[in-house]
Amino acid sequence: MTFHLLLVLAAGLFSTGLFGALSQQSVVMIMMGIELMIGGVVVAVADFWHFLSPAAGGGQVVIVAAVVAMAVEMAMGFAVTTALYRARRIDMTDLAGDLKG
Amino acid sequence: MGVTSVVLLWVLGACALTGGVLVFTLNSMARVTFALLGSLVCVGGVVTVLGLPYLGVVTVLMMVMEMLIMAVFMIAYMMNPAGLMPMSMLHNTRGALAVSGAVFGGLVAGVFLVPWPGRTGRRPEDTTFQVGAALMGDQMLTMVTLGFVLLATMVGTTVLATRRGRYDRFGDDLDQRPGEGPGGGSGRRPGEDPGGGSGRRRAEGPGGGGAGR
Repeated sequence: MTFHLLLVLAAGLFSTGLFGALSQQSVVMIMMGIELMIGGVVVAVADFWHFLSPAAGGGQVVIVAAVVAMAVEMAMGFAVTTALYRARRIDMTDLAGDLKG
Repeated sequence: MGVTSVVLLWVLGACALTGGVLVFTLNSMARVTFALLGSLVCVGGVVTVLGLPYLGVVTVLMMVMEMLIMAVFMIAYMMNPAGLMPMSMLHNTRGALAVSGAVFGGLVAGVFLVPWPGRTGRRPEDTTFQVGAALMGDQMLTMVTLGFVLLATMVGTTVLATRRGRYDRFGDDLDQRPGEGPGGGSGRRPGEDPGGGSGRRRAEGPGGGGAGR
C-alpha cells in the first residue's frame, strides 16, 4: 500500500507542477512548476527502485539524470529570462508570445 | 519496512504536497521560493527513507543551493513585491486546472489499476556503492552524456548572459568598427542608438516597462 500511496504523492507533485507551469505568467514561476514536476518524477523513481527492483543500479541513475535535468533547467531558464529581460524589459510569457514555436 | 519509516514517509509526503500547493497559492515571491524549497527537501527526505541516502542528501543540498539562487532571481524579477500588491499572476486558470486535474486522475487510476509486479532481487548492502558502480560501469554512457549536457549548459548560459560579443561590436563580417560612444557597438540591437552605446541607458528609459518594445 505504501508503494501505491507514494506513487499518488508523485502524481500529486507532478500535477501541481503542471498546473503551475500552465497557469503562471512569470517565467520564473513556470520554472518552479517544472522543478515540482521533476520532483514528482524523483519520488516515483525512488519508489519503483525500492519496491520493484532494488537490485538494479540503473534505477538510481534515473534519479541522477532527473537531478541533472533540474539543474540544467534552472540554469538555462535563468539565462533565457535574463536575456529576455535585458532585450525587452519583460518577464511575462504573454509578452513574449513570438517565442512560441 | 518498519513503522518508523512508514510514518516518516507519510509526514514527508504530506509536507511535500502541502509545500507544492503553497507554491502556487502564496502571494509573496520569497515565501513561494521557500515553500518550493520545503517541498523539494521533503522529496529528498522521501528518497532517503526509501533507502537511497546518498541521492537523498544530494537532492537536499542541491535544492537548498538552487532555491537560494532562485530567491535572488525571484526578488529581481518579482511581479508582486512581498505580496503587498494583491494581483493575479495567472492566466488560463480554468484550462490549466482541467488539464492538471485530468493528468492527476489518469495517473492515480493507472497507479491503482496496473498490476504491478512483485519485488525482484535483493537490496544491496550499500546503495551508494551500487549507484557508483552503475555510473562507472553499465551506465557510463549516461554519465558521459550528462557531462556533455552540463558542459553545453555552461556554454549556453554564458552566451545568453553575455551582454554583447565581438559580432555585436564589429558586425557580421567583423569589418565594422565600434562607434564613438563609451559602449561601442555597430548598432545591431533593436532600439539602440546606432551611433554607439552611449544612448543605451537613455533609450531603454529608467522605468523600463512595456513601452520599450
